[in-house]
Amino acid sequence: MKRARVAYAGAVHEALAHADGLQLADGRVLAEDQVVWLPPVEPLGTILALGLNYADHAKELAKELTTSAKDEPLVFLKGPNTLIGHRGQTRRPHGVGFMHYECELAVVIGRHAKNVPRSDAMACIAGYTVANDYAIRDYLENYYRPNLRVKNRDGCTALGPWLVDAADVPEPGALALSTRVNGKLVQHGNTRDLVTGIAELIEYLSSFMTLAPGDVILTGTPEGVVDVRPGDEVVCEIEDIGRLVNTIVGDDAFGH
Amino acid sequence: MLANYGPTFPASHGTVYGTLLNFRGALAALGNAVDQPPYKAPPHAPVLYIKPRNTLARDGDDVVLPSGFDTLEFGATLALVIGRTACRVTERAALEFVGGYAVANDVSIPHASYYRPSLPFKCRDGFCPIGAVVPAGAIADPDALAISVEVDGEIVQRAHTSALIRPVRRLLADVTEFMTLSPGDLLMIGVPEGAPRLRTGQRATISIAGVGALTNAVVSRS
Repeated sequence: MKRARVAYAGAVHEALAHADGLQLADGRVLAEDQVVWLPPVEPLGTILALGLNYADHAKELAKELTTSAKDEPLVFLKGPNTLIGHRGQTRRPHGVGFMHYECELAVVIGRHAKNVPRSDAMACIAGYTVANDYAIRDYLENYYRPNLRVKNRDGCTALGPWLVDAADVPEPGALALSTRVNGKLVQHGNTRDLVTGIAELIEYLSSFMTLAPGDVILTGTPEGVVDVRPGDEVVCEIEDIGRLVNTIVGDDAFGH
Repeated sequence: MLANYGPTFPASHGTVYGTLLNFRGALAALGNAVDQPPYKAPPHAPVLYIKPRNTLARDGDDVVLPSGFDTLEFGATLALVIGRTACRVTERAALEFVGGYAVANDVSIPHASYYRPSLPFKCRDGFCPIGAVVPAGAIADPDALAISVEVDGEIVQRAHTSALIRPVRRLLADVTEFMTLSPGDLLMIGVPEGAPRLRTGQRATISIAGVGALTNAVVSRS
């Protein structure tokens, strides 16, 4: 099952995928561009994000790193202010030199998890969705890196369109990912290349913190990050999970 | 957003943010290290972190010392409880967005590096006890509050919110320049230098003048 949350005709609705777009719980069938897409996880819990979880991307960034790779996963946290839905707009502040997308498989937790071994970890997953977790590298500082000014900006994490039931994704560790900017392929990879795989991540995180329904794990991004500018359409796609569209806008759209 | 989760997480706050190195003495304690790798420069913008919902705890709750560690650091701090949606607020208007204040205990496993501290240092279950909220009107000036920490009956730390690098209004302006704070979110203003480290069996009370007191003890995993 593929579920979405959308706003339409004055209300927020749950919707399911339909051959012609989507179908609201009340039966109405609508095209993709007739609704406002909201992030599909509700209620939302803690948002955890992995850095450097594809070996090729870690290499791509190696010249910026001032210490060597860690022996445990690099995890940081994000707030709900960052999330926007499918077909949303993300602001690139004026004067910025390098802002890039990050296509990531997002794992949504479905039950409480503490000290879960990797052999039982997959049973804790409610489903999957696509994330595009933007970063603005101009704001990087070497304290609690990546610092929140880079990674926790309003509307800089697109999520959706669908929350796909875990039961419908038999092999989450073998999904092709890609990003296209204005139609041009700029990033591609496969979740089989995750440095720390999904089950291991749940084992690691649940070894020191209780995960709970609505928590979201953004599993990291492969190589191929390039600068995006106002007007660019950024499409992140993950095989069997969804195709997430976002448009970059400038300060003018926000009245700055 | 946290209220729907039942008994596992005690508080009904929004997102809890902490501020790193916002006390002048805490930054000074790093000395010349701020200019060396891995930091290479002193902090420019506010450095924030998140205490996720599993860390939330109450006054009186015990904090569990994980096996393999000797002490926990208790970080005494003031939490600003956001009362109104705060996006790009000015310093002048900033306090209008604060609905209340609370004493908070930002618990950490002691660690030397602020470069990329691993999540288990700060984000374990119960690592962020938060006291009762007092309404904003009870505090005339959040930049003029005495903080003290008592461990087993003896005062071990004294600090004052007048020693902030970014005073409360400025902090709110600089943070909301890039991220919106929503009603119920908490912004902790920073932990002063000299935070006490507690062993199993020790108990600390953090007091902030006019705001209240928060008591928690360290226990071993049962």
